[in-house]
Parts: sequence; C-alpha cells; structure tokens
Amino acid sequence: MKAFAYVSAPDVATAVRAIATEPRAKFIGGGTNLVDLMREDIERPDTVVDISGIALTGVEELAGGGVRIGAMVRNSHLAAHPLIRSRYPVLAQAILAGASGQLRNMATVGGNILQRTRCPYFYDRAAACNKREPGSGCDAFGGFTRNHAVLGGSESCIAAHPSDMCVALAALDAVVEVESVRGVRRIPLVEFHRLPGATPHVETDIAADELITAVELPALPVATTSRYRKVRDRASYAFALVSVAAALEVQHGTVATVRLALGGVGAKPWRAHEAERLLLGAAPTEESFRRAAAAELAPAVAQPHNAFKIELAERTIVATLAQLLAAGGAA
Amino acid sequence: MRVNGAVQSLEVEPRVSLLDVLREHLGLTGTKKGCNQGACGACTVLVDGERINSCLALAVQYAGREITTIEGVATGGQAHPLQEAFIRNDGFQCGYCTSGQICSAIGMLAEHRAGAPSAVTEHLAAEAVELSGAEIRERMSGNLCRCGAYNGIVESIQDVAAGHADVLAAAR
Ligand SMILES: Cc1cc2nc3c(=O)[nH]c(=O)nc-3n(C[C@H](O)[C@H](O)[C@H](O)COP(=O)(O)OP(=O)(O)OC[C@H]3O[C@@H](n4cnc5c(N)ncnc54)[C@H](O)[C@@H]3O)c2cc1C
Ligand code: FES
Ligand code: FES
Repeated sequence: MKAFAYVSAPDVATAVRAIATEPRAKFIGGGTNLVDLMREDIERPDTVVDISGIALTGVEELAGGGVRIGAMVRNSHLAAHPLIRSRYPVLAQAILAGASGQLRNMATVGGNILQRTRCPYFYDRAAACNKREPGSGCDAFGGFTRNHAVLGGSESCIAAHPSDMCVALAALDAVVEVESVRGVRRIPLVEFHRLPGATPHVETDIAADELITAVELPALPVATTSRYRKVRDRASYAFALVSVAAALEVQHGTVATVRLALGGVGAKPWRAHEAERLLLGAAPTEESFRRAAAAELAPAVAQPHNAFKIELAERTIVATLAQLLAAGGAA
Repeated sequence: MRVNGAVQSLEVEPRVSLLDVLREHLGLTGTKKGCNQGACGACTVLVDGERINSCLALAVQYAGREITTIEGVATGGQAHPLQEAFIRNDGFQCGYCTSGQICSAIGMLAEHRAGAPSAVTEHLAAEAVELSGAEIRERMSGNLCRCGAYNGIVESIQDVAAGHADVLAAAR
C-alpha cells in the first residue's frame, strides 16, 4: 500500500473542507472496501479523510412517518434497529444477508452505498478493465463471467453492483443526502448509481468532494410486508448471484402496491420498474408473477457463464412474491 | 489505545493495519493473518466489545479504543469458558482459526444477548431469538476453518450459551 496522509474529521464541516482542499483525497468510513482496494493498489489516494468519528449515527423517525439514517450508522446497528426491523424488514434482511458479523460491525451506510464492484478483472491489475483504467478494454468479455451483470451492462463493462443493502434501498424509494462546500443535495437512490455506458469509471452521480450524510426512507406502509431473498454459491458470507427485494400489498383480489428490486444481475442496484408496472392491478397469481418477471428480464444480455442468472432471477422473483402473498400481502 | 487492559502509546504510519500493530509492534501473535482481505475471520478482535476484522482496520482509526485479543480473554489465570469448551469439544485441529473463532464467538454472544437478529431469523421483530445450531452457524459464518472443525466449534458455543443461561436461571 502506498503511503498517504491521514486527516481525522470530527464533523461534517471539517470533512468537506478537507476533501476540497487536500489533493487526491478520499473519505474513509469503516474502511472494509477502501483499505482492501488500497492494498491492491487500485485506489491510490494521497490523503485519507477519516469520517468514521462524525456523529451522524442516528436512526430517527421523521414527522411524516419516514426514517432518517445517519451515514455513519454501522450496518449491524441499522439491521438491529427496532424501527427498521418492524417497518422495513426487507432492509434489515438485505443487510444481514451481506458480508459477515465482523464486517457489518465496521461497515457504514455511506461506505456500503459507495462500495465498488467485485469483478475479478477490476481487482486484477494485470487484466484490462475500463473501470480501473479507462480505455484499456474489458477482460470479462471472453473471461469468467459467473458473477457478472445481465442487465444494464455495456460493451465497455459488465461488472455487477455488489451491494445487498442498496437493492433494498432501491425498492424502498430511499433518498441519499450529500453535502459539500457548495451545499446540500438530495438524490433518489435509483438515480444515484450510473450505468456504465462508455464511461464505466464514472459510477455514481456524486462528485469526489461530496460526503454522504444521510439516507431517508419515506413512510411506506407496504414495506411492513417486505422480504429480501438472496441466492449465492454458499449459504452465507458470499456475494449474490441473484437477489430480490420485494414488498407487496393485495386489495380486493388485485395487486394494490408493489415494490421490486434486483441484486447480482444489474450493473447497478436494479429497480424492476417494468415488472412493477405489469403487476399493479393484476391478480396476484403465479402466472402474473411469472409474466412480470419475464418482462423485466427480457432485455437481459447474457455471457457464456451467467446465462443461468436470467431464469434464476425470474424464479426468485416469483418465489419471493409468492412468499409475501402467503405471509399476508393480502389485506 | 488500550490493548487487553494495558495502555499502549504507539506511533505508526497511517497505512499500518490494527492486525499488524498487534502482531508486529506489540508481539501479540495470537491474532492470525489468514487472507488479509476480510474473507476469513482469523484476525477477529474485539473493539469496545464488538467483533471486527483487524486486517481491514487502519490502526489510526482505532486510537483511544479498547481492544481485546485472544491474549486478553482469560481472567485471573482462568481460561475463558469458550477456550475450555473448544478444548473439551475438539473445536479445533491446527488451531490457526481458533483465536479468531473465540473472539468472534464472544462478540456474537453479546450481539445475541442484545437481541440482534441474523439472516436466518424468521421473526425479525421478535425481541429474543433462540440460539439454534442454524443461528450459530449463520452468525459465525465470517470465520472459516480450513480444518473443518465446525461441528466442535458450534457445540462449544452452544455449551457456553447454555451455561450462561443456567447461571442466570440459578441466580433468579
Ligand atoms: C469479504 C467481504 C465480503 C463482503 N460481502 C458482502 C456482501 O455479501 N454483500 C454486500 O453488500 N457487501 C459485502 N461486502 C462489502 C461491504 O458491505 C462493504 O465493504 C462495506 O459496506 C463498505 O463500507 P465501509 O464503511 O467499510 O466503506 P469504506 O471502505 O470506508 O469506503 C468505501 C468507499 O466509500 C467512500 N465513502 C465511505 N463513506 C462515505 C461517505 N459518507 N460519503 C462519501 N464517500 C464515502 C470511500 O471513500 C470509499 O471510496 C463484503 C466485503 C468483504 C471484505
Ligand atoms: S485475515 Fe482478516 S479476515 Fe482474513
Ligand atoms: S482448526 Fe485449522 S483452520 Fe480451524
């Protein structure tokens, strides 16, 4: 790991000033992604601004019934919080499905949102990777693609977004609040991450000097009947091949409200807008679940080793919706 | 920082991990380096009672905190109940993962006592979760054992978890 200067920021004002003035600086939260990437020489900041001690650690109920989550809240603390467990179970389950107990104790909400892909060619400095080195090519094409995206990829990059938490946040219409010396902005999570297109190194909508300060969840009664289901190569402590975050409410025999997002298959946390559109107002049957899932996956582009993800995603969507229906999605 | 109760005043470069500080600077080699990338759990230590992977922790970020390593879990010459249970139940073979397993299990039992759910907890909103074998395996999944001593590890943790319950029951 290359040497770097260390600045500890006790508050937001100090953090955003430091990042704006220090050359090639990066924030560090729990460090579980950044330290790993620095050790691999993929991230090479000259200055690291430590934000982990900033008191953005609250999980608070908002006046309208939503919840505001401080960016420094540890993943484990968020998953264990009574407000999240009772009102947004899909979020608690998504967090608990990711990484390990030790890593969740370290990882922050802000860091989880900005964690980078686990594509092996991104990690391998001997391989071509347009994300790591713009214009160098992409060795995933023709390579080992079991973990790559089937939705939202481009000819430049088919890396999958790794976060479980973000899949639940996408389904829940979460809004990310960021702050810099220029002021505060609010960005819906579904617009926060960018598709690779011709510029896979540009991963999000935020500037390098913007600090994530909070995530807000809107009041969403349907979320009490919500669930996260993750399919992976081993039972625990592995990234998703496919995951589904869903919430469902049925009234008078038709789908009244539905939220659906996918992980493991997308170049970004994938909100399943097309499936939601087809489900709304439809009868909650396995047949209509299957039709909606197939429509969402219709634009999928598979590589030799990840074609199985298309059917796996469809089946996981159907199974998750069926589970929600049985669990009381019908009012 | 305080390490196993003793104040340690150190000056290290910002890029040095907490794991390397413990092993190389303080000579506390009980904490192991398996993967150095968060994927095995051999480096697990407790910070203010919470388990973390010390390999992905920059030591500077933990200045002023209370660190407990395997060298610090025994009290007054008396082995920690988990250490005794691991010996009794064959909770290890080569022993490389063991210090991480024991520190992780101490942290995990505290999380469980505080009511934290896991990925296999069916009723998320429930305040207390029964610590079944499946719950222990899921909560301990961040600690790999290349020797495959998992059955003994789970039995050891079950022993200690049940023992604590007995002690509490007796006190009532
Ligand atoms: C072995 C292993 C297994 C894992 N398995 C999973 C899994 O199954 N599912 C899953 O979802 N994740 C998994 N993870 C990833 C883990 O969830 C992330 O590493 C973690 O959430 C990152 O949070 P952090 O606070 O440690 O981020 P850091 O490493 O501190 O930061 C990550 C990035 O975010 C930036 N950053 C951090 N906080 C802010 C902020 N507030 N504002 C602006 N920028 C910020 C940093 O500059 C850096 O670029 C795994 C990680 C490991 C090592
Ligand atoms: S050495 Fe830290 S997790 Fe493997
Ligand atoms: S006892 Fe050998 S690795 Fe676990």
